[in-house]
Amino acid sequence: MRTALVLLFLLAVAAIPGSLLPQRGVNVERVAGYFAAHPDLAPVLDRLWAFDVFASPWFSAIYVLLFVSLAGCVVPRLRDHVRALRAVPPDAPRRLDRLPQHADGVVVAGGPDAVAAALRQRRWRVAVRGGTVAGEKGYLKETGNLLFHLALVGVLLGVALGSWYGWHANRLLVAGPDGTFCNTVQQYDDYGLGARVDPGELPRFCLELADFQASYLDSGQPVRYAATAVVSGFGPASVRHFSVNDPLRLPGASVYLLGHGYAPVLRYTDRAGRAQTTVAPFLPADASLTSEGVAAFPDANGGDRTAQVAFEGLYLPTVPDSPPFVRSAYPAERAPGLMLFPYRGDLGLDAGIPQSVYQLDRGQLAAGRLAQVGEPELLRVGGSMTLDDGTRVEFLGTRQWVTLSIRHDPGQPVVLASVALLLVGLMASLFGRRRRVWFRPVSGAGPAVFTAAGLPRSDYLGFTDEFSRLVAAVRTQRPAETRQLSQAQQRGPR
Amino acid sequence: MSMLSDQLLVVAILAYLVSMLCYAVEHAFGLRGAVARTATRELVGAGAGVEPAPATSPRGGATSPRGGVTSLRGMATSLRGATSWAGRAAVGATVFGVLAHLGCLVARGLAAHRMPWGNMYEFVLTVTFIGVVAWLVLAARRPAVRRLGLYVSLALVTLLGVAGLVLYTEVMPLVPALRSYWFVIHVSTAALASGIFLVGFVTAAMYLVRAGYEQGRVGFPYSLGHRLPTAGVLEPLTFRLHTLAFPIWTFAVAAGAVWAEAAWGRYWGWDPKETWAFISWVVYAGYLHARATPSVRRSTATWIAVLGWLTMLMNLFGVNLFFEGLHSYAGVD
Repeated sequence: MRTALVLLFLLAVAAIPGSLLPQRGVNVERVAGYFAAHPDLAPVLDRLWAFDVFASPWFSAIYVLLFVSLAGCVVPRLRDHVRALRAVPPDAPRRLDRLPQHADGVVVAGGPDAVAAALRQRRWRVAVRGGTVAGEKGYLKETGNLLFHLALVGVLLGVALGSWYGWHANRLLVAGPDGTFCNTVQQYDDYGLGARVDPGELPRFCLELADFQASYLDSGQPVRYAATAVVSGFGPASVRHFSVNDPLRLPGASVYLLGHGYAPVLRYTDRAGRAQTTVAPFLPADASLTSEGVAAFPDANGGDRTAQVAFEGLYLPTVPDSPPFVRSAYPAERAPGLMLFPYRGDLGLDAGIPQSVYQLDRGQLAAGRLAQVGEPELLRVGGSMTLDDGTRVEFLGTRQWVTLSIRHDPGQPVVLASVALLLVGLMASLFGRRRRVWFRPVSGAGPAVFTAAGLPRSDYLGFTDEFSRLVAAVRTQRPAETRQLSQAQQRGPR
Repeated sequence: MSMLSDQLLVVAILAYLVSMLCYAVEHAFGLRGAVARTATRELVGAGAGVEPAPATSPRGGATSPRGGVTSLRGMATSLRGATSWAGRAAVGATVFGVLAHLGCLVARGLAAHRMPWGNMYEFVLTVTFIGVVAWLVLAARRPAVRRLGLYVSLALVTLLGVAGLVLYTEVMPLVPALRSYWFVIHVSTAALASGIFLVGFVTAAMYLVRAGYEQGRVGFPYSLGHRLPTAGVLEPLTFRLHTLAFPIWTFAVAAGAVWAEAAWGRYWGWDPKETWAFISWVVYAGYLHARATPSVRRSTATWIAVLGWLTMLMNLFGVNLFFEGLHSYAGVD
């Protein structure tokens, strides 16, 4: 028990760095931010698994040891308890007057049978040996305690099952039929598959974001998000609604709505007069959905790598009444405006290095291979700006996008059932009370006069009251009742 | 309605302050317990000319003088009257404070058209309300612990003061992430468990003071001990409060996990709030474990309960205000 106590304490202490330091499993960007802010300390911490505390060998070691200690404690207790459940209540100790509860001269007209009947009526387990009645009650306490500890093992098994056979993925989905995505790893923005999950086994379905609605208070606080999706892959395509707190439940996967934003639609007409349209999701930077992003046209101007075109943009769903036009005044599109910063040059997309689609390549800018051409302009929907080489960009409008989390965790039902059992066991363990009573005939006073004694086997403040009530009840047990009861009991087994 | 709620908060804080003052009067001048009663009786007895037995104060030593007994008797009687009046006034003020507190919460809920648990300000108001109700129930059933009211009122005034001054937030409807029936289930049980843990913390701290006093330790805070209920009363009470709160807390965490599955896609993700809920759960489990281990001293076990409350406070204030996570509903700028 002391070992378990030390391990519990260690477990609590070990979890603390998991909340103080950013964790990869919770927020990868903040871990990167920590590396940037503390370039000397971060690698050292990283070698100690400080950014993966809950997957670290030392955290695992603590809980594995805890469960070993739990098994080492629970298995022998389980054996003892099964034995106790099948055993009869033990004999009375020699000196009843030394027990916490004690009553002399209890007269029961019906003798030992009446005492036994009264105890049985109150659901005590009873054994009568040579006139002495022994009773025991409250086995549920130990049963509950064992159930609680075994349920903890169940929780661990459920978590393990989820990490082997579960998977999750994230995807940004722009509204409209051309944004449709299908459930394969190639189409995810990022994903994590369990150790025993084969990418080919993922459920096959496709999802199109048909509509997304957000409503806000006048203060800008969001009130409601609602998404409508067209799901295909499970029979005929069906229209399904989902929102925050109400995920889209599909066979073998659930789709959760996590975030949303705007994707400006831009049309660029190059030097050759060819027009291209792009839908560029912008990332929200604040609660008023001031959004930032990049619209790139790498194929513009006949594929000339030195004349690729891109626009850095700042999108304001509601442009404030007066400058500066750098922050949106409201999250909904009341007076949308797009500030565009034109760039021309080599976008650096062919370098083979993955780069952010929301930012221009800083290396290319620094090297002078990509440069800003002309002053930024604020465009309204339908407005356009002309660049220094006579090419033109139009702001056609925006589309909504949502970020989705697609997940499956087969361990969840196991964990839920285990937690339910854990709670039941916990309450039985905390509120159950094991106690014993004995009624022994006073020697030389006939079979109807008893000495009674009681022993609570755990903390039980109310035992004094229960014991005196029990003794009073036994005293008033009527012999007739007793006879009927014992006859009924005798008849029972035959 | 929102204005009314704010005014009722002030009324509640003032009422708890009055009750704190009354408890302090009772605490400072009160004579209590078997020893004190004996001492008074002996003073009175001596006044009536009966052979006095040496009246011993709990700290041992002081024998009542024979002379000037009549005036002592008068003083004792009037003091006893005054302190019992102060004690009654303290309970009265607490009850009045609870009513204002309840009114404050109800008005807040009516103003917002929802359960008043949408941000940290409202949550602290609810936890303290549950705490004070649990306290009143306890005080009604166990008059011996009523004197702890001073510390309960102190905790209440502090927490409500922090809520009103630091955490205050305008009435707002819920953000979409909180619009779920799990909101009612998860937050109410978390508040209920926190409120009971709060009372459990008060009795645990008082037990530690009293146990130290009974072992003969001197100096602050053990000097407060001689006015407290005995360690034999406080320790089982602490244990029972924790056995009541722990399953509720377990349920609250589990309900939070079920909700997290629906809202965020996973039932457990080591968000700072979740991590600290886990830490509190483990520490309180450690307390119950230590309490059931015969070789661990009761005072050691009770220290673990105190530690548990510190982790709860860390979760309520530390995580809401200093960490960035998914449970960022504090509404405090």
